[in-house]
Order: sequence, then C-alpha cells, then structure tokens
Amino acid sequence: MPGPTAPHPWQARFLVVESMWIWYRRNWRATVVSTVLNPVFFLVAMGFGLGSQIQPGAATGGYGYAVYLMPAMLAAGAVQNAAGESTFPILSGFKWSRVYWGMTATPITPAQVATGQLLWILFRLVFSGIVFVIVGAALGVVTGAGIILSLVFAVLAGMAFAAPLVAFAATIEGEGTAFNPVFRFIVLPMTLLAGTFFPVTELPALVRPIAWITPLWHGTELARAAAFWNLEFWPVAGHMAYLLALTGIGAALAVRNFRRRLGV
Amino acid sequence: MADDPLVLAEGLTKRFGEFEAVAGIDIEVRRGEAFGFLGPNGAGKSSTMRMVACVSPRSGGTLSVLGMDPDTDGPKIRARLGVVPQQDNLDNELTVRQNLQVYGRYFGLSRKHVRDKATELLEFAQLSDRADDEVDPLSGGMKRRLTIARSLVNDPELLLLDEPTTGLDPQARHLLWDRLFRLKQQGVTLIVTTHYMDEAEQLCDRLVVMDKGKIAAEGSPAQLIDRYSTKEVLELRFPPGQQDPAPVQDLGERVEVLPDRILVYTTDGEASLAAAHTRGVTPVSSLVRRSTLEDVFLRLTGRTLVD
Repeated sequence: MPGPTAPHPWQARFLVVESMWIWYRRNWRATVVSTVLNPVFFLVAMGFGLGSQIQPGAATGGYGYAVYLMPAMLAAGAVQNAAGESTFPILSGFKWSRVYWGMTATPITPAQVATGQLLWILFRLVFSGIVFVIVGAALGVVTGAGIILSLVFAVLAGMAFAAPLVAFAATIEGEGTAFNPVFRFIVLPMTLLAGTFFPVTELPALVRPIAWITPLWHGTELARAAAFWNLEFWPVAGHMAYLLALTGIGAALAVRNFRRRLGV
Repeated sequence: MADDPLVLAEGLTKRFGEFEAVAGIDIEVRRGEAFGFLGPNGAGKSSTMRMVACVSPRSGGTLSVLGMDPDTDGPKIRARLGVVPQQDNLDNELTVRQNLQVYGRYFGLSRKHVRDKATELLEFAQLSDRADDEVDPLSGGMKRRLTIARSLVNDPELLLLDEPTTGLDPQARHLLWDRLFRLKQQGVTLIVTTHYMDEAEQLCDRLVVMDKGKIAAEGSPAQLIDRYSTKEVLELRFPPGQQDPAPVQDLGERVEVLPDRILVYTTDGEASLAAAHTRGVTPVSSLVRRSTLEDVFLRLTGRTLVD
C-alpha cells in the first residue's frame, strides 16, 4: 500500500492558507472591529467630522475632505491590518498555539509555512479592503472605478509592511512586548505623518524624509493617484518598485527566519 | 525490501553550538517492531527523534529513514511518518474534528478522504462524542489521544512518539497504551521515547538506554535486566541513618545503600533475606522483588539528578 506523497510546493502553500481560512471561518467575528470597523471610524470621524471644517482646495485636489481621505484611508487600513496580522499571530504560531511546529512535521516545509502565512495575510488585506471600499461607496466618497486600482496599491503597501514584520516576528522569543515599539514608534507615527490626512509637503522639511521611507506614503500616493485617475508613469513605477522591493526582501527574510527557527 | 531497516543511523550526531546533544549513536529500527529510547531528561532522546522525524538536520553521521536521506527527501519521508510531539501543538481554536481534517490536508489528501478518516480516527481515539467541541477545554488525556489520532491521519508506516504519556493519569495512560498496542498489531512500526520504565516494558520490543548523548545499553527489556541487573532484588528498610551494609555486603552480586534502605542485588532474594536474619540484621521491613528496567536504568544512568 503506497503511502501519500508530498504535495506540490504551491499546493502546500495553499494548504497553509486553507488551514487559516478554516480558523477564520470560525473566528472572524472577533476580528471585524479591528480590521473593518477601525478604518471606517477614522473615515467617518476625520472625513465627515473634521472634514466638515475643511474647504476643498489645492491640497485636497479640489475634492471634499472625505473623498480626499477615502483612498488614503484604504492604504492606511491595509497597513494597520498588516501590522496586526504580522505580529502576535506569528509569535503564537511559534510559541503559544505552536501550530507551525505541527505543520512542519508534515510534508509542509518551514519555507512553505512562511510563504503560506504571507499569502494568507494578502488575502486578509484584500478582503478587508473590499469591505472598506463597499462601505466607502455606500457613504458616497468613492469617485469611480479607479478605487479598484487603489485597493491593489493599498494591499501592496500592506504587504510591503507585513513581509519584513513577519520576518521580525519570527525572531521574537518573549511574550511579544517587543511589538510595542513597533506599534508606538512605527505604526502610529506612520499613520499620522505619511500623507493620509494631509499632504506630506505640509510637514516641516526635516520630517519629510521620515514619511518618504514608510511604505504607507508610497501606498497613499499610489492609491490617491489611482482613485482620482492622475497616474503618471515614473512616479507610479518608482513607488511600486519601492513597495515591491520591501515585499520581496521581507519575504526572503521571513523564509530564512522560519527555516532557522523551525529547523533547529 | 521489506527487511530493510526503517531507520538506520551510524555515528548520528547533533550539536547546538558547543553542546553535543547527540554524540554519535548507531541505531537500527526494523519494520513492525516497537523501539524505545529510554533516558533521563537531557539525554538526547528528543534531539534524536527530531532528526528521525526529518525536522532537524543532523550535524554529523549518516541517517536513513524509510530508505531515504532526510537532508534531501525530508518532505517525501514526512509524508509517510506520524509524529506525536512531546508538547501538544493542536489548534485549540478549532474543533476536534477540524484538527484532524486540517492536518490530513497538509498531506495533500482530498477533503473527502480526510472527512472519512477523521470519523474513523475519532472512533479509534474515543472522541466521537466530542467531535464538534473546541479543543481548548478538553482534558490532557483527551488532547493526547487527539494528537495520536492526528498523527495517524496519513496512515503512517512509522509512528514517532516523544514521551506520549507524560503528565497523564493512570487511566489515560492505560487507554493510550491499549491504542498503541492495536497499532502495533496492525503492523505500524513504533519509536517511543520515555522516562517511564513501565511504559518501556509495556510497549517496547527493543530499546536503547541513552545517557549524555550516547547509547549506554541496547536490547530487549528482559535482556537488559539479565545483563545489567540480577534476577531479584532484596530491599531491607531501616530507620534513616541506621543501616549498616557491612553484614550483607557479600549476600548478593551488588549492594546499594540508600538513605532509608539497603538494596541487595541477588539471584535468590529469599535465601539472601534468610542469611541476613541469621547474621542478626534486623530491618524494620523487608521486601523481595523481581528486578525491573528501573534497576537497569538507575544503574546505567546513576541516581543523581541531571537537570
């Protein structure tokens, strides 16, 4: 009786995704507030609340503030969700639930666990983004089909943040206090300063480079350009190259760190 | 082909930096047998198991599992192994049944196949009535049974169990042993690590005693007792500090003095006890028993705590 053989590497990655989907199907309610409602709260509070005091002008591309905010909030939401999905769930897989150890006792390899995990984060970002776009459309702040491309760019920005963070999370041994500085000194300042709520040109010249290195600024530039359909080749190519490079390097490091930790 | 060893290791070594956890061991596990690794904590049992399970690369020596090299054919070998880790890694937020199905899918088995297999394994592990409960609230014994059931989802030829019953109550341990016997009868080859002597005597056809990364002895439980201990042991109990081994020194092959007892290793315990009485030795109580693997184990690995 021949036993089972190892699945094809791509099937293996999707089997990792499938197991996370089965978890999600049971537990999605607990994740709705942070992944979908938080960005909506921001959009409503800032876009409609604060935005009621802001005159459409050159800085907002002539659009009402909520419309101006919508594509940027899509990117900011993706990056925030990426942060949540790439920290404690990763640590848990190694340390608390230990599910990664169970997976790698099967034909699945540590590298496939890493890439499967990143694929799952990608799906989560796409899914949350779609819900956010639907909410935005219902609130009347979506100007056209360009928002679909905004969603793609937002997810790319999310992955550019998620991949290096997953690589970092795979090296954490403690109880996860190492993630606190990530949220306090990276995620929060990035959300505030990377051009989501106002153009980066309004920042003091000294602070602007900080915004430029964040994946969110590049994602925001792309998402707005797509939503308002003023895409120009070189800026788009440059922003995308930066985000793809972060994603690629992060994914390579994640694979390396998963291999090191699971294959001792 | 069927007579080829399932696991063959020569000079197998595992180093973590300077520390040599496994210091060059030779093992051969044949199809259909139950093979045990016995040893104190830190003896290198788990490191050996992880190398055999193809999740931990070896630092030296040769290793072949199911006729293949773990370094090059890890996924192919793991497809035919079942692994019960020392520490459960069930998905606590899924149901009992989902744990089996999800795990089966990792082997590339079809959804239909894992659905049927899960039902069969739930029966085997006596968990059918908890099938749709979450794993989290299950007792330790139930989780252990589920972990064993999960390890069988791919019908493995070789089952690796790392301390399968540590931390379980006697009822749970006996139920687990019963399940493992059944697997053995079905022809599954078992490799077990344990530091419970009764478990080793119950389960293993052949075992090695490991100590400090090396193999200290190898054989069947009966052979080991025969080789490293005497047939019987006479235990003479005294109030602490009042035992004097001098008068019984020559009554057995070996005498061991413990804080409250003198152990006389002898072929005939009753005769040694009678001789002790005639020499005026008056213990508080005495006991004649057969030698066990525990005597072998303590002789080979010492009574000092290692961790």
